[in-house]
Amino acid sequence: MDNVAERVKKVVVEQLGVNEDEVTNEASFVDDLGADSLDTVELVMALEEEFDCEIPDEEAEKIATVQQAIDYVSAHMPTKDA
Amino acid sequence: MGGALNGQVALVTGGNRGIGREIARVLGEQGARIVATATTPEGAERISADLAAQDIGGRGCVLDVTDDAAMSALLTQMEKDHSAPTILVNNAGITRDQLLLRMKDEDWDAVIATNLRAVYRLSKLCVRDMLKRHYGRIINVTSVVGAMGNAGQSNYAAAKAGVAGFTRAMAREVAARQITVNCVAPGFIRTDMTDGLNEAHRAALMQQIPAGRLGTVADVAAAVAYLASPQSGYVTGQTLHVNGGLWMG
Repeated sequence: MDNVAERVKKVVVEQLGVNEDEVTNEASFVDDLGADSLDTVELVMALEEEFDCEIPDEEAEKIATVQQAIDYVSAHMPTKDA
Repeated sequence: MGGALNGQVALVTGGNRGIGREIARVLGEQGARIVATATTPEGAERISADLAAQDIGGRGCVLDVTDDAAMSALLTQMEKDHSAPTILVNNAGITRDQLLLRMKDEDWDAVIATNLRAVYRLSKLCVRDMLKRHYGRIINVTSVVGAMGNAGQSNYAAAKAGVAGFTRAMAREVAARQITVNCVAPGFIRTDMTDGLNEAHRAALMQQIPAGRLGTVADVAAAVAYLASPQSGYVTGQTLHVNGGLWMG
């Protein structure tokens, strides 16, 4: 689990160009980390790539915070890492 | 063979004849690797042979731009081969000319599907990789008819004007990622399509063209090549008219 959280945060840091300490679990991509709508689309693409999974648009729209991203990825990761 | 577009990949739809064929040739000549599409296997083979004969890297492939699954498959394959397009030229187009009162719904739907919906679909598929790269060039070939209208072409004019609107909206969405989206709008260009016009119609047409001649496929391809170049990065959401002065925005 920790591993997933760290990897998600690393992607967020790289994708949004923010500092690691800003990326708390509760942080909202738009409200706290300054992402615009295109940033959030790109972030989901980056997560898909990092975790080798596909996040459907309906699900992607619900991922607004770091914790929600961690939860989604943890629940949908390919089983080999589970 | 090499130049300004070395290392890039250009996807050109409708690449086996007329304007599309010349666009593929010119982009290839500048060093881009070409994937040009045709609707038939014979067309695709002709493209491959054409490119090989000119020492241009790339291939022809069969693609029906109204077939969503086929378009997704092509892009997936290109991404897998690490050759996702950095340049997309939406050139494939059809006409089903008819006065509005005689126009069949099928004529309307077919033109909208090929000339408008396919542009949306393919742009959406290609922009994903361009976003990751923070670089891309999308050029949509429209028509002077989309701006000035033409009797008998309400479906075609609607589709082309639709593409221009789509272009401006998409350009705004992706401009911050160094991706530009523009249109090139040919006027009357000598192709198989205009060779089919009768003499009287052609003469009447020439009267309206200040340049005093029909355009050539090379005139159009040069405009596309500019918008495909790295140098055009500050130009987005525009329509570049290539029409000898026939219509001036």
